[in-house]
Amino acid sequence: MWVAFAAALAAFPAFGSAYLVYMACLVAINVIATAGLNLTVGYAGLLSIGHSAFIGVGAYASTLLWLHAGTPLAVNIAAGALAAFLVGLVFGIPSLRIKGVNLAIATLAAQYSLYFIFQQWTSVTGGDRGLSVPRVNIFGLGDTGFYYLVVLLAALLCLAARNLFRTRIGRGFIAVRERDYAAEVLGVNVVRYKLLAFGLGAAYAGVAGALGGAFLRIVNPDQFTLAVSIFFLAAVVVGGRASILGSILGAAFMTLVPEMLRAVLALSGGGATVDLAGLLSPLREIIFGVLIVGFLMWEPRGLAGLWDRMQGRQEAIDSRPGAA
Amino acid sequence: MNLIMQFLEYSLIGIASGGAYIIAALGFVIIFKAGNIFNFAMGEMMMIGAYLFYAVAVQLKFSWPVALLAALAGSALLALAIERALLRPMIGRPVVVLVMITLGVGSILRGVAGLVWGPNIIQLPDFLPRSPVFLGDILVPGKLAWSFVVFGALAIAFIAYYRYSRAGVAIRATSSDQITAEGLGINIRQVFSMTWAMAGVLAAAAGIAAGAINGITPQLGDAALSVLAVVMLAGMSSVGGVVVAGILVGWMETVVGAYLGAAWQSFIPYLVVLLMMIVRPTGLFGEQRIERI
Repeated sequence: MWVAFAAALAAFPAFGSAYLVYMACLVAINVIATAGLNLTVGYAGLLSIGHSAFIGVGAYASTLLWLHAGTPLAVNIAAGALAAFLVGLVFGIPSLRIKGVNLAIATLAAQYSLYFIFQQWTSVTGGDRGLSVPRVNIFGLGDTGFYYLVVLLAALLCLAARNLFRTRIGRGFIAVRERDYAAEVLGVNVVRYKLLAFGLGAAYAGVAGALGGAFLRIVNPDQFTLAVSIFFLAAVVVGGRASILGSILGAAFMTLVPEMLRAVLALSGGGATVDLAGLLSPLREIIFGVLIVGFLMWEPRGLAGLWDRMQGRQEAIDSRPGAA
Repeated sequence: MNLIMQFLEYSLIGIASGGAYIIAALGFVIIFKAGNIFNFAMGEMMMIGAYLFYAVAVQLKFSWPVALLAALAGSALLALAIERALLRPMIGRPVVVLVMITLGVGSILRGVAGLVWGPNIIQLPDFLPRSPVFLGDILVPGKLAWSFVVFGALAIAFIAYYRYSRAGVAIRATSSDQITAEGLGINIRQVFSMTWAMAGVLAAAAGIAAGAINGITPQLGDAALSVLAVVMLAGMSSVGGVVVAGILVGWMETVVGAYLGAAWQSFIPYLVVLLMMIVRPTGLFGEQRIERI
């Protein structure tokens, strides 16, 4: 089944319009960011509402390197990931002392601090105007080439994340999530794994940021606000925490729903008397909220849970987080 | 006027603007104390309170005391509805879920407000005396000074109620130990509902004031995030501490804003939060919660 999916992905640009390929790239980038957040929130249980700031760090780092040193894309992406990783480590430090909601607040503070830096450090980041990114050409194929790059990276990173949970690090995350005292007693280095959870999640975000910057060709602070962080948190929760498949589904869902909404409104609105723009934004927020609340109330394992259910896999004892 | 007078003026303005913070923060704290839920939708509740006031006072053209009552009551009802329908079933779920639900509710409220009243800033008619208050050479804007007086009174009334009434004792008991409280005959479900209703009233009051000073938009709730700074500074569980913290943050914001500019003004609450997190996570006045293994 996965082979068929992969084949479909590979063949996609041939059939899809430019718009669809664009959307697919966006989805793939968001998948990477969501997978990263899922590492921190779903697997390690550390609530992080500052994810978009890490994406921003990756975007700015990679773009600045490109603009000032002219290095190839691969190096820029790696630099973005590294920068985000380090920043993630730093902002993971509060998680050593505080838990739960208080940690969420600390990450919120981190988000705002980084936004402030993005906005105010004008000499480096270009302030509110941001940075514009030169065009990138992968394998000489332009947009399609970029699509393949992004999808490939997303696939690799998702596989890496999944395999992480067959290693000590991954199991360490889960141990920290469930009972960090017990984990410590059993010899799991809780400090290292908590920091690593933030760092790795941020590194994924950094990759997404670097790719996003290259894709959208502009980097400015408004791409990295609280609303964006909430978007990714919603993607994690709606898709399914502690599930890579969930990250993919959640990211796809969250990215596509506003687009579908726009399409629906455009079709039904029709007449010029309806102020579509004014209607779209609040309607989107309502649907957004309803979806989040709905999923949380009725399908706590998110879209991944729905998928499992459709496949007939019922878990008698639910060992995933969020089970009542 | 010389520097000291200027500093004093900024300080007084800052302290006065802390009034709204105190009220909103009290709402946060009361919900958290009783139910251990962090209500990220508080800002949106403030916003809806302001819009309700606008709707009754301006659109339906009732007198403003009536509008005030309507807004407070409506907000309380909304809060009750949220608690009953959405949060009651979620008791016992992990923190992520509760946080996300309140974020989702906030989103829904923002969307509804945007749909019903549109995205533009709406100015409220003046119902607080505008004339500035002069203390010697120092000028404090009238609205601000009066709102501080009103909020001061409200805060004192609230804290007195919390301290001395049976309801207040019930809330404190529930926050201390839910199971024992229920065992002693306190109806904790009622306590939950009550705290949300109270928070709704407080949110509406703060929202109306914020709306009166800055105008009402669906984004009014964003300002509530700096209320978070107040709450974190005070410690999530301290009702009295919130008053001190509110005044402190209000003062800090205005003084920083005056001397360092607007960007620093919106950033400083978060800097405070970060520092508090590192130095003393339970806040200045918070209680040390013991985590049972």
